[in-house]
Amino acid sequence: MSPTAVIFWIFAAVTVGSAAVVVFARSLIYSAFALLFTFFGVAGLYLMLGADFLAATQLLIYVGGILVLLLFGVMLTHKIYDLDLRSEVTQFLPGLIVAAGAFGILTLTALRTPWAAGAGRAPSATTEEIGDLFLGQYLMPFWAASILLLVALIGAAMIVRRKKIA
Amino acid sequence: MITLPHYLVVSAALFSLGILGVLTRRNAVNVLMSIELILNSANVNLVAFSRFGPGGLQGQLFAVFVIVIAAAEVAVGLAIVLTLYRLRRSPNLDEADILKG
Repeated sequence: MSPTAVIFWIFAAVTVGSAAVVVFARSLIYSAFALLFTFFGVAGLYLMLGADFLAATQLLIYVGGILVLLLFGVMLTHKIYDLDLRSEVTQFLPGLIVAAGAFGILTLTALRTPWAAGAGRAPSATTEEIGDLFLGQYLMPFWAASILLLVALIGAAMIVRRKKIA
Repeated sequence: MITLPHYLVVSAALFSLGILGVLTRRNAVNVLMSIELILNSANVNLVAFSRFGPGGLQGQLFAVFVIVIAAAEVAVGLAIVLTLYRLRRSPNLDEADILKG
């Protein structure tokens, strides 16, 4: 096996293994910290695919933002002296059947389909090109995404506010 | 040699684990975590197709938008979960049956 393949399998194992911990862990805190390793593994996969800007974005936004927000969610939806933080599992067998079926069909599709075998894009620095595309050809979606973020954050603040101003 | 199908299979595993989490966990925050897994698997697919396909950087741009949507979704989702917790004193989804007729 080439070194690249070894690194890929390490990242893949970290990603899938910690994702399994997220889903199967009894404690919410274990799930949250396993999610951290999943995000790191996915960032590693991005790096292997030559997406350096996306890997940095993944670390900054997912680990620095979304994961912290989820941890706040864990803490705020339990009593502070409640050390247990258990999360129960319901209807495990039907869920397992659906998930296994989805995995089987997706894997079969991925392996059977004759994907267009091009050379693809050689790995190189992407930040400058992505910036040019966002402020040029894709300015409108970029603008719409910023409006969406603003609306979502105002909406979130509105929903959790305690008192209504008449 | 690591090629496109390798990444697709990893992403499929991530996706089905996320589906399993959404379907089987009772805790709302845990369901949100599983949704993050699903969005991440979609991102891996987009970036992999961007690397091996003919489209150039478009897949990576799409992935950036997926990350934006994920951030917005987590913010609003957690706000709803917190409000629900205040109402019901429980973070479990199957106890959120106020709308049931």
